[in-house]
Amino acid sequence: MATASATAHDNDHHDHGHDHHELGFWQKYVFSTDHKTIGIQYGITGLIFLMIGFCLMMLMRWQLAHPGTAIPYVGNLLENIFPAQMTGGIMQPDFYNALGAMHGTIMVFLGIVPVAFAAFGNYVVPLQIGAPDMCFPKLNMASYWSFFVGGVIMLVSFFVPGGAAKSGWTSYSPLANIADHPGTPIPGIFGTDAVVHTILNGQTMWIIGMVFLITSSLLGSVNFIATIVQLRAPGMTWMRLPFFVWANLITAFLLLLAFPPLEAAGVMQLMDRLAGTSFFLPTGLAVGNQPLPISGGGSPVLWQHLFWFLAHPEVYVLILPGIGIIAEVIANNTRKPLWGYKAMVYAIFVLGFLSFIVWAHHMYLTGMGSKVAAFFQTTTIIISIPSVILLTALMLSLWGGAIRFTVPMMFATAFLPMFGIGGLTGIPLAFNAIGLYLHDTYYVIAHFHYIVAPGTIFAIFAGVYYWFPKASGRHMNQFLGKVHFWGSFITMNGVFMPMFLQGMLGMHRRWYDGGTTYEQISSGIAFGRTGLEWNQVISTSAWLLGLAQIPFIFNFFWSIWRGKKATDNPWDATTLEWDTPTPPPHGNFIKPITVYRGPYEYSVPGESKDFTPQSEPPSGVEAKAPAHTAAH
Amino acid sequence: MEIPYTVTARPDTGLWNAKLGIWLFLASEVMLFGGLFSAYIFLRLGAEPGYWPMGLLNVPVGTLNTFVLIGSSVTVVLAWAALKMRQFRRYQIYMAITVLCGLVFLGVKLGYEYPQKFHHYGAFIKKDSLPKYEEFLGNLHLAEKGLAPRVEITGHLHHEDEHHLEITLDPVNADPTNPENDRPRFWPVKATEKIAKIDKADVEFSGVFAPKHSPYFATYFTITGLHGLHVLGGVIVFCYYLLPVSTRLYRKNPEHFANRVEVAGLFWHFVDLVWIFVFPIFYLL
Repeated sequence: MATASATAHDNDHHDHGHDHHELGFWQKYVFSTDHKTIGIQYGITGLIFLMIGFCLMMLMRWQLAHPGTAIPYVGNLLENIFPAQMTGGIMQPDFYNALGAMHGTIMVFLGIVPVAFAAFGNYVVPLQIGAPDMCFPKLNMASYWSFFVGGVIMLVSFFVPGGAAKSGWTSYSPLANIADHPGTPIPGIFGTDAVVHTILNGQTMWIIGMVFLITSSLLGSVNFIATIVQLRAPGMTWMRLPFFVWANLITAFLLLLAFPPLEAAGVMQLMDRLAGTSFFLPTGLAVGNQPLPISGGGSPVLWQHLFWFLAHPEVYVLILPGIGIIAEVIANNTRKPLWGYKAMVYAIFVLGFLSFIVWAHHMYLTGMGSKVAAFFQTTTIIISIPSVILLTALMLSLWGGAIRFTVPMMFATAFLPMFGIGGLTGIPLAFNAIGLYLHDTYYVIAHFHYIVAPGTIFAIFAGVYYWFPKASGRHMNQFLGKVHFWGSFITMNGVFMPMFLQGMLGMHRRWYDGGTTYEQISSGIAFGRTGLEWNQVISTSAWLLGLAQIPFIFNFFWSIWRGKKATDNPWDATTLEWDTPTPPPHGNFIKPITVYRGPYEYSVPGESKDFTPQSEPPSGVEAKAPAHTAAH
Repeated sequence: MEIPYTVTARPDTGLWNAKLGIWLFLASEVMLFGGLFSAYIFLRLGAEPGYWPMGLLNVPVGTLNTFVLIGSSVTVVLAWAALKMRQFRRYQIYMAITVLCGLVFLGVKLGYEYPQKFHHYGAFIKKDSLPKYEEFLGNLHLAEKGLAPRVEITGHLHHEDEHHLEITLDPVNADPTNPENDRPRFWPVKATEKIAKIDKADVEFSGVFAPKHSPYFATYFTITGLHGLHVLGGVIVFCYYLLPVSTRLYRKNPEHFANRVEVAGLFWHFVDLVWIFVFPIFYLL
């Protein structure tokens, strides 16, 4: 465990002092073991990756709206970097596929999870439970740097021969096994090519990058669970945990147990690509009318099982921390306790458990037997119950509240209907018969993105606006925040709502030409427009959505230096993170913390103020030095 | 700033931090190997009759390795117990034995078992051509007994030209109708001198027993390889615990050091446990 700090010194050219009282620049800001610094590192890296993933999609949206035409302004620029893939400024099919695959990969594994779970979790969870830091600070640093290396590998893969991985973020075999050898797809993989050539291609680098990301999430999730179990302050019993902590605890379990099977699958695909095995290649597979020189006997469906065994719980990994953030923001801004806190906690447990037994609803099209399909559609329908409990509890929390429409609260209120649309449109997909028709259409894209884009990403924005004063000591600008909110809210719906229509017209998610050659899309009418015309609406909305982020980016940096100064508890909140100085020092709390009450004691009748912090002793009880009073 | 419960247990959970951490890590490891074992089950159930080879591994050597690894699990506990009794010398002896066992295991695996496989050769015969090689396969004999057919001729590659393979046969293909060859044997039988000449047009896929040879060897090498990496990782950590830097920690805080050994020991037991599954599914079943 003591080896991680060695890296710090290797890269340390300026500061050779080993003074343990005053950390040098590198140890304080770069190779830090402080959970708050690591949280901010995760946050900023993750937000940059979100931006990159979004830019990839904005490029693809040009190709979908105006198939086969040169991309204005950036087309020529890209041609200089990728001459083969952007010939004449026009996006080539392979490049489109690479952008699609990497958009998914970057958004899910490098954007949302690092920001929603790792960044907010790292920064907020130890503060909310009254801990001085995470349980294993060095592992925490290793987790961030492993994530960073994984991210760099993914980005570098764009520049290797053949470009980045292009078999979708799902990397389905056998397509992914034989991909990425431009011109001569086969001999490079199974022949006697130099090892370097075998490794330096998009798909192999994707797998290697994923291994780093999985390692990172393993270290992170162990750390989160151990921290929440071991480092709660005296008096912080389980049912006094803020809901955000619960959400992160369950998320950490999902990451801990769901990711390893994907790692196993990744190892097998790596063996397929490097050692020529046939884990995912069936007997008699031929490419370009040439039988492959392989033993065969493998199964493409095996990959799908292992992939979705991760990737369905992963969906809950994406959304649960978001729900946690929203719960905090709503309780604080309605000035009343969360409605049904205990029900929400139990619901999230059930959700976490069920998320492990629904994965095959992604695979109805593989021709599974009707009994298996019946099992998975039943579990899928059951899992909507805890989701609805969570959403309903949050909705009812608004009832009768004296709502303060701060910027985080605006994002939180928008989250509820958006997440609702995403969730309800998923119910038809749970059924085998409908799943067969809608499989891989834009309907699925719209459903999923409603959960994650105006869902989780709005939650991320709410979290950024909510905790920014604690982390930086300054408020973000309210006006710019509102411009950002309304711009994002309107354009998000402009992007994803029409996709439901296109999906029901039958538009496939991986079409390069936007459906031009498919009659149902080019002449089929939905709500007065053809599928192709809807493409243009969606694309324009996507670019406007990009513009709507400019106030946020400006606001973020401007507020770090120029924002209104924040007090220790600017939102009049009850949870423990607001008991620290702003911004919190290394070690977090300057006084011993004891917890006396639940997380959301807002507007308690008879109290002089409308919030009672968790650390405030009941009247008549002297604040005492913390004896060990945590309940069992 | 100090993180609480790094050495002593938190009263209400009864755990110190690293102990909880390692159990969580092992839970994740269970899922990792669980994924690989499910792939084994999936591929084996999906294999056509005869395409999942049996009896190609050296069972006595595997048994030896099993006992070596179980023995090391015992010595690592004794090492930990010695630390708890503050008998550092005894700790060092037991820990050294543990490291030695780990190295023996890896030596047998990498120095003997793997290379043997890379020299062994097999050729899968196309379905239509199976009757042509009846004298090496004995499928009529097997069908009579209700056993799965043989589809592969194994041995050592004697000669290869453009059209033919010549294989020095394994006993099972040299004498396919001998009832003793119906099932895998515990003690390996000496290779024969008999040579089979096989038309390449009749061969579906051929090669040495490398991972690409068949899903069987793909899973075998992947799982044992990953397991071997775990053994190596354990050995490295144990070596670290024998270095002077660890002695210094012991002198300063013996309980902390005992905890470290306990955590690494738990990992070692897990590695042992994985082998307890690996051994039967590849060597025996």
